[in-house]
Amino acid sequence: MTEKTFRLPDVGEGLTEADIVQWKVAPGDTVAVNDVIVEIETAKSLVELPSPYAGTVSSLMVAEGDTVDVGTPIISVTVGSAAGSTTPEETPAPASPAAAPVSAPSAAAGDAPRASLTGTGPKPDAVHRRPRRSAPSGTPASSAAQAPEASVPAPSGKPAPSGTAAVQDRATRLIQRVLAKPPVRKAAKDLGINLEDVTATGASGEVTKQDLMSYQAQRESERGSAGGFRFPGSAADDSRIERIPVKGVRRATANAMVESAFSAPHVSIFVDVDASRTMEFVKRLKASKDYEGIRVSPLLILAKAVIWAAARNPSVNATWAGDEILVKHFMNLGIAAATPRGLMVPNIKEAQDLSLKELAVALNTLAATAREGRTQPADMRGGTLTVTNIGSLGIDTGTPIINPGEVAIVAFGTIKQKPWVVDGEVVPRWITTLGGSFDHRVVDGDLSARFMADVAAILEEPALLLG
Amino acid sequence: MDVGHLPASEFDSAGLEQSLMGAPELNPVPDMVQLLTIDGELRQDGTYSSYVQDLTPEELRGFYRDMFLVRRFDEEATALQRQGELVMWVPLTGQEGAQIGSGRALLPQDYVFPTYREHGVAYTRGLELAQLLRRFRGISHGGWDPREVNFHLYTLVLAAQVPHAVGYAMGMARDRLVDPKLPEAATVAYFGDGASSEGDVHEGMVFAASYNAPVVFFCQNNHWAISVPTEVQSRIPLANRAQGYGFPGVRVDGNDVLAVHAVTRWALERARSGAGPVLIEAFTYRMSAHTTADDPTKYRLSADEEAWLDRDPMLRMEKYLRRQGLADDAFFEELREEGRSMAVRLRENVQQMEAPGFADAFTDVYAEAHPLIREELDAHRRYEAGFADAEPAAGTATPTSREHNA
Repeated sequence: MTEKTFRLPDVGEGLTEADIVQWKVAPGDTVAVNDVIVEIETAKSLVELPSPYAGTVSSLMVAEGDTVDVGTPIISVTVGSAAGSTTPEETPAPASPAAAPVSAPSAAAGDAPRASLTGTGPKPDAVHRRPRRSAPSGTPASSAAQAPEASVPAPSGKPAPSGTAAVQDRATRLIQRVLAKPPVRKAAKDLGINLEDVTATGASGEVTKQDLMSYQAQRESERGSAGGFRFPGSAADDSRIERIPVKGVRRATANAMVESAFSAPHVSIFVDVDASRTMEFVKRLKASKDYEGIRVSPLLILAKAVIWAAARNPSVNATWAGDEILVKHFMNLGIAAATPRGLMVPNIKEAQDLSLKELAVALNTLAATAREGRTQPADMRGGTLTVTNIGSLGIDTGTPIINPGEVAIVAFGTIKQKPWVVDGEVVPRWITTLGGSFDHRVVDGDLSARFMADVAAILEEPALLLG
Repeated sequence: MDVGHLPASEFDSAGLEQSLMGAPELNPVPDMVQLLTIDGELRQDGTYSSYVQDLTPEELRGFYRDMFLVRRFDEEATALQRQGELVMWVPLTGQEGAQIGSGRALLPQDYVFPTYREHGVAYTRGLELAQLLRRFRGISHGGWDPREVNFHLYTLVLAAQVPHAVGYAMGMARDRLVDPKLPEAATVAYFGDGASSEGDVHEGMVFAASYNAPVVFFCQNNHWAISVPTEVQSRIPLANRAQGYGFPGVRVDGNDVLAVHAVTRWALERARSGAGPVLIEAFTYRMSAHTTADDPTKYRLSADEEAWLDRDPMLRMEKYLRRQGLADDAFFEELREEGRSMAVRLRENVQQMEAPGFADAFTDVYAEAHPLIREELDAHRRYEAGFADAEPAAGTATPTSREHNA
């Protein structure tokens, strides 16, 4: 019976850590070689790790949810003597690429993390110099071996031996030079910045790209007077017009908008709504234990309202197909999102089947994915109706352009306190403006008005959702 | 395949759908050669059936056996990577038919230039599979002597092996001018749909056509260049490209081991006889990740993967063997057992692998002994011997650890 420990390997070319997602075994379980023992998530992917040993799990050394460095022991397995005969002592040491191994391992070597095969991750040992034999005569090796120590002068600089003074001086200047990677050095030169003026925050005291950028930003803001109409870094006349190639998301957006704006006759209508009860409702949801950890905003209520109103007025949830109109009896609710890659409209599939809480979670996920720029093409296909939340930028309302393939879009304006007349008295209430654009080929004024009034009704009284 | 996969930020998909296949009248989708349907039924083909008619039951079972063992090897190597025993691994699952079918069409004198995924072809050349893992364990730049089995070292630089294969073929043709007693031989350049976009492939094909070189270009179109789908790489079927160079291009069902075998035999015989190059596009699918560092769920839909499941090359060969009464349960059970013991041996073999000494780097710099290399090797040995902790013979390559870094 031997106890074997499995250390977290680098499963993807140069990873240094991974999250433990789920253990598939528990202490006491019997495992065979290649049985899946744990699921981990790396920066690249979700990976199942197979057991390298056959035996009985004696302990799990890290917990689910932990982020673990490559090389950390994660599980120990007691291997039966019979099964152990073909397996080596522990996780086999990665083959040493050097011809000769570094001398005796330290006493703590058993606990020290082991270097992974890729050479990333924690290092088991500090680099140290192998001792040379005492100078064999007649070979140039002796002077060469000592050269490194001898040739590095202290930065303070004792007077250098004559003859090598120029070299020493140059070396000293090189050593005292501000550290920075070549691209940073080049950028500084291009911007006319002396690196010595920049505060360095790099791990080895080097000036990082970030340092340079914030220095430059500060310098620009100090220049002040130029205002916004200043092309960065150049004052030459011919560069006062910046040319930005149209491609990717920009081009896709442009094409979609032109197609929609000039093929679908847009009609836009607006309605002011007292959303005070929505604000209260949102406040209660936020405080509710049931919604712990879920971001709740008025957009959630609006999304629910749009789904509810579309169910009552199905023709707004449709596609114009030339000689027929395709009315969708399901709702893939699109949410326009500004992402690092540009404007995207991912949608929540089958939103009609989601409870309020499920919808909240879906909105959270969609927003998080979009923010990270990880929205997949599949997420954006098959939308049936879109909401654009211009209120998040403080805008009251607008006339949005319909997402191609759909016939309606709702713009959700900002919600702010305004004077409002209730029972003949002016009182401060939380007011918002809903805007909607509709494809008049499909949605007539009457229908669009009923739809918008339904959406407004829910914002005024979310309790109607219960009906 | 659905063009809607393309992330809008990377590819301008506008208009791609229309021009996907070029002008249809100029670029018809080629008929795909298939001898075995996905239900394992044999079909007749006027040109190619004759190339598999002489296969014995033993050889037919052999095709299945090879595919099975190579897939088992692939699974074990993937597990070894997950256990930290290999730096990375390049899975081949799904492409066994293309590799075994073509590999078994080679003669000993032919010479193969692989990419880094041709584990099945390596196996048909008689290379011990464990040797493939030396490089993936990070202890060798090569792993085997390519001259022993006429199977070149894995080439990680995309498509770089294609000009090598053409040049080697040109050389073999010249050798035969000098010594007509040499057997007729051809080279095979393996590459993928992704590598087909590299300039090297173009240059290789131009030279192959100009010199009528005895080379077969074997493109495994597995549909994905890591995350980029084939339809972005080429707006016409890949096999049609051969026409532009002036030699035949054939699309074959890459998951039909018999059809691949027949087409490759035909192409190799043609090349060996001096009739010039052929491009074979084996239409297949990478059922697994690009490498162990890749996560295909990030760029393709599981529905696409599932669509290829019943086209698994092993499945249809099993159906065929059973239907023809060429193999029974006992055969498949024995094979499973053989796979198991092979995996155990492989695991032991990998764990015991030792890196060759640095001195080994000097061995294959030149084809013949070279005074400068000799001098440098001596200097290296003196240097190694100069350490206080050095063993007397440190740095000397032993015959068993001799390594090839061609």
